[in-house]
Amino acid sequence: MDRLLFLLATGLARGAVFALFALSLVLIWRAARIVNFAQGAMAVTAAYVAFAVTALTGSYWVGLASGLAAAALLGLAVERGVMRFASHASPLSGVIIAIGLVMVLQSLLGMLAGQTVRPMAAPFDESPIVVGGVPILSPYDAFVLVVALAVMAGLALLFGRTSLGLQLRAAAFAPEVSRLLGVRAARMTTIGWMLSAAVAALAALLLIPTELGLNPHSTDVLFVYAFAVAVVGGLDSPAGALVGGLVVGVAMSLVTGYLGATVAPIAVLVLLVGVLLVRPGGIFSAREARTA
Amino acid sequence: MSTRRFLLTAAGLTVLAIAGTFLLDPYRNYQLAVIAATFCAAAGLTLLIGVSGQLSLGHAALMAAGGYGYALAANALTDAGVDGVPRFLLAFLAALAASGMLGLLLGLAAARLSGPYLAGVTLALVVALPAFAAVFGGVLGGDQGLQIAFDGVPAPLRMLVALEQWQAWVAILVTAVVVTGIAAIRRGGAGLKMRAIAADRTAARLSGVRAGRVQVGAFTASALAAGAGGAILCFVTQSVSPGGYTLAFSLLLVVAVVVGGLGSIGGAAVGSAIVVLLPWLIGTLTGALDLPAEIEQRLAGNLGVFVFGVLLIVVMAARPGGLAAAVPVSWRRRGRRAPASVAPEPEVVDVDALPHHPTATSETER
Repeated sequence: MDRLLFLLATGLARGAVFALFALSLVLIWRAARIVNFAQGAMAVTAAYVAFAVTALTGSYWVGLASGLAAAALLGLAVERGVMRFASHASPLSGVIIAIGLVMVLQSLLGMLAGQTVRPMAAPFDESPIVVGGVPILSPYDAFVLVVALAVMAGLALLFGRTSLGLQLRAAAFAPEVSRLLGVRAARMTTIGWMLSAAVAALAALLLIPTELGLNPHSTDVLFVYAFAVAVVGGLDSPAGALVGGLVVGVAMSLVTGYLGATVAPIAVLVLLVGVLLVRPGGIFSAREARTA
Repeated sequence: MSTRRFLLTAAGLTVLAIAGTFLLDPYRNYQLAVIAATFCAAAGLTLLIGVSGQLSLGHAALMAAGGYGYALAANALTDAGVDGVPRFLLAFLAALAASGMLGLLLGLAAARLSGPYLAGVTLALVVALPAFAAVFGGVLGGDQGLQIAFDGVPAPLRMLVALEQWQAWVAILVTAVVVTGIAAIRRGGAGLKMRAIAADRTAARLSGVRAGRVQVGAFTASALAAGAGGAILCFVTQSVSPGGYTLAFSLLLVVAVVVGGLGSIGGAAVGSAIVVLLPWLIGTLTGALDLPAEIEQRLAGNLGVFVFGVLLIVVMAARPGGLAAAVPVSWRRRGRRAPASVAPEPEVVDVDALPHHPTATSETER
């Protein structure tokens, strides 16, 4: 029972990170109708910037801020410099270009920083707080949970309550009409990319201290998990990303805790195929977006 | 091109490749065998991506299925006292069965999914491969993988050829059969249906094409080709392990197919040669430059991946036809006189042009 509680709590913290990363995929999907397979590589590049700045200044927070800024800039560069060449007629074109980007970014990191795994320190204690003899959450896990939920709430406010959010949604939903009405649709797409890249980088920066450490391939598995989350929740649905993330996080935590860490990738695959076969639209997706 | 001429071309190219092995030293022959195995998988992948429009990022996992099928069967047969050619053939059939089954299962899922989703599922599959090897460690041997008994040169040929050359022969012969099969599917009625579905699924179904069935068939055929490639690699290296079939290798297969030109068999051949030889060339070059050990270690592997990534982006953005589209049109289409088609079918499926392609749907009514 103690173990179950602990696994559920860590699962929620881990799931919040998955949800955050999945949300970044949803943001790009809604802005540009592209599943960005390079999201993981972009996030790990930003994490390297954060790592370098932290090492230079000694402050975790300055590193975090510069990592997010670097991610937003990278999002801008990728959208303006590479992704605009993707053909809109076929989704394959965008996916293949994104994969090229993954190879470029990861090999550049490998050449500049080497393949060694660098441990990344967390800003808070990582040993769990014991409540009534039961270990529950570490302060860092609590921090992760709070930050992830706060960012998601902030994004909900941005999209639902502000003029910028309205323009972002309009440009994604009907670019031609919104352009006629004075929305700068191209700029909105770019902002969507920058926002999404920053959110993904935040997710990666929150996750890496709890994993082995920083390496050009640190986010490969995170991307696969987040993709599964986006599929479970539906790529069109931010609420689906949140619930899907928490579900996948808890499920993976339970699988890892009871069956061992090696089984986790298989469990993700089973979950992914299962959801796609039973409910191809995702649990929360309103429209049929995946076939045809 | 008539069927007879098509088969003659295939036979001619095979004989040419086998004759070529006499000009190469043992290491080059080993590389040739690896290129042949890669070409097997790439030919299947180009059918899948370029013709039927389904993107798989996990073909390395299908190759691994073939490799493990081959190794398991070969070891069982060795224990049963079978060896030589019967062992090779039976083990090869087991490889095809293993990869075909996995391909069929994936294909059933794939027929219900469109581009990015299928890509994600196949990505998850190849990422989960080491986990499968570890969980079923008793059978698959965990991280170490499986070793198989050594297959020497048959006695009558022993005076004539060295081991590596013999392995290259086997690889070339198997590849010739598999690729001819893939090319036959591509140019036949099934290929036409695949193109029709890729161009416009709804229109194809209205014309009576059973879209789901054709897509499952495409995925299975492609998986069989990949499994054959995995079996060849296992035969050549006498081992199979999850470390040989990583995500990086899977992406290299995509690079081979895209750089060569999506949908083009010749392009897949050139692309396979590039992905096998370029990393080795870069390694040789950086080795010759006499760099400090640390820099050389960082460049090793990464520089090749960097070049491939840039190639992938540039080709996809600027020349979606790949290298195959660089060959002059008149030269490519010489001898093509399909009587029913007014416009010649495209040698290379241009991803940009897919939804607007005028001939694909009309030809299905034939």
